[in-house]
Amino acid sequence: MSEQATAPVSAAPAKLRSRGRRVWLGRNANMIYAVVLVVILASIFVPFFFSVTTVNFLLIDAVPILLMAMPMALIIITGEIDLSVASTAGLSAAVLGVLWENSHAHGNIWVMFVICVIVGAACGAFNGFLITVVGLPSLAVTIGTLALFRGLALVVIGDDAVADFPTDATTFVTSTVPVIGVPVFMVFVLVVVAIFAVVLHFTPFGRALYALGFSKEAASFVGIRVGRSKFTLFVISGVISSIAGIFWVLRYSSAQSDSVQGLELSVVAAVVLGGVSIFGGSGGIVGVVGGVLIIRTVNYSLELGGLPDTVLTIVTGGLLVISVVAPSVSARIRLARDRRRALVHSGEIAKP
Amino acid sequence: MKLSHITEARPLRRSQRVLAFSAAATAVVFALAGCASSGASSTSTSAAKKSFSIAFVPKQLNNPYTNVELSGGQKAAAALGDKYSVVGPNTASASSQVSYINTLTQKHIDVIAIAANDPNAVCSALNQAKAGGAKIITFDSDTDASCRSLFINQVNTQSVADVEIKQTAEQIGDQGQIAILSATANATNQNAWIADMKKDLATNPKYAKIQLVTTVYGNDDDTTSFQVAQGLLQSYPNLKAIISPTTVGIAATARYLSTSSYKGKVVLTGLGLPNQMRQYVKDGTVKEFALWDPAKIGQAAVYAAKALEAGTITGKTGDKFSAGSLGTLTVGPDNTVIVGGPTEFNAANIDQYNF
Repeated sequence: MSEQATAPVSAAPAKLRSRGRRVWLGRNANMIYAVVLVVILASIFVPFFFSVTTVNFLLIDAVPILLMAMPMALIIITGEIDLSVASTAGLSAAVLGVLWENSHAHGNIWVMFVICVIVGAACGAFNGFLITVVGLPSLAVTIGTLALFRGLALVVIGDDAVADFPTDATTFVTSTVPVIGVPVFMVFVLVVVAIFAVVLHFTPFGRALYALGFSKEAASFVGIRVGRSKFTLFVISGVISSIAGIFWVLRYSSAQSDSVQGLELSVVAAVVLGGVSIFGGSGGIVGVVGGVLIIRTVNYSLELGGLPDTVLTIVTGGLLVISVVAPSVSARIRLARDRRRALVHSGEIAKP
Repeated sequence: MKLSHITEARPLRRSQRVLAFSAAATAVVFALAGCASSGASSTSTSAAKKSFSIAFVPKQLNNPYTNVELSGGQKAAAALGDKYSVVGPNTASASSQVSYINTLTQKHIDVIAIAANDPNAVCSALNQAKAGGAKIITFDSDTDASCRSLFINQVNTQSVADVEIKQTAEQIGDQGQIAILSATANATNQNAWIADMKKDLATNPKYAKIQLVTTVYGNDDDTTSFQVAQGLLQSYPNLKAIISPTTVGIAATARYLSTSSYKGKVVLTGLGLPNQMRQYVKDGTVKEFALWDPAKIGQAAVYAAKALEAGTITGKTGDKFSAGSLGTLTVGPDNTVIVGGPTEFNAANIDQYNF
């Protein structure tokens, strides 16, 4: 796509170089380097880190974050945000708990899963309605529904903790591929990730999302249905969140009102760390996957190193701030430099 | 096309910068983690045959009650020459306890002593630890019985409920509305006490005129408990007493009462730490409350761990083990060890206690 050859040599090598640059120095490649770097550092510094057990424990906790990060990435790319994901998952978990408790003698658990997903879709549709039809800012709406859905979860399940889920379901969710230690459930997650990658990067719908993030007016001017696209994204976010909620319930064999509480911050942090601009308009799925893996690896190594939870919170917060601040700082530096260059070229400043 | 042009070209440099930033940050952080854990690993590898490693996983860190409990464990472990460590979440959540249990499994800690935030959610992680060779003890707040060898309980659940109701009933003259301010809605120990209190109120004819109007949850968070206490008194203007069977809840409620017009009019009882409650007993907000010595629980857990590790007990009913200054403790029904009875604190005796 881009042939911004800066070198003033012949066209052919420049083209080659830019392709090489894209593969080895692109944003996605950088995220992969960062993940590898973090893993190497952790293996060196943190005792017990370098083992198959780590792969298992680290990835199984990454599952819900990775799932929720997919729709979150798309939503942030359009310049919106969904802070209610963890509460939506919590509400689905509570619904699953109550359904299972009241009817497991004659109920089919798959029907209950479907009901939970419908609940999730309804939550997403509620967000989407307020944001696209009523026209409220997504930040305000989803902060509200963050509290609202959590409150509903408490209404649904109360102070109950439902635990007796079928063992074949719970063992399946926590089972791992032998030898390499990757959770079996990761296969499903990878399918979801692949679908989101294809939709975002290779379909008109996905490309329209970038346009939306840049300018809503321009996007609607060129024929993108702004409201419908956003509404769809919020519904998808609700659906994926409820799947994450179901996973959470089966992974911990426990459904209660505070399931999945507070996970939205890790999700947003991972997405932004993965190179998605918080202002919308840029980012990619590979980067987001890298962001999730970095956050999980850092957190898990700190836990393994025996550092207290406080440090973990500080590090997650710090990474989030850095990933938001770094791009705008570097943009400002670049702007200043470009301006200086322009002045040098036009001869207003003497060359040093 | 033009738009995607921009998105491709711009973040190139930005992401390099992010990469550099995060690499530097993580290097620092890991160096920290390495420092923190290097001490641990060196001692555990050079550990002699008889000493063992015990890790406590409390419900949450930085809780004054937990700290007293852990101090007992630390002292006992030091006396026995065992490797003692504490890991745990900042907020009382089961899922973060699971992450910490996983790290302990990976480090091959010999004994894990946990106060569960959810009786079932931590089970599969504990079973994994068990499969890796660890012994599991619960203290304070139990898990499902199949997931642990022993449960170290402060006191008999019923005796706590009895004391709470007795203290409250005495002060309100056996009649009127009362409410309970608990910790989290799923806290195993709180719910067991609350259930027994309800049973007391329902079965004892002496308490027939006492009406339990509601149970509210302060999540063992000081601010939340304070606000919940405030709300409680607004919604139930005829409330005679609040029972808060959690140290965080009773301290927050006492602080609210002492600065409000309800001071001295609404009775507050529950489980509190003498050091936190002293000023409220002295200023008349609280007349009496109860607790046991939490340090004894930590101590008993360490001695029980030692006996389990040595193989002198298996955790079955009737097993006996020596617990240092606590004397000989016996494993009772449900593989439970009871450490002692509750102590009642009031203006006359509170200055004798310092925890």
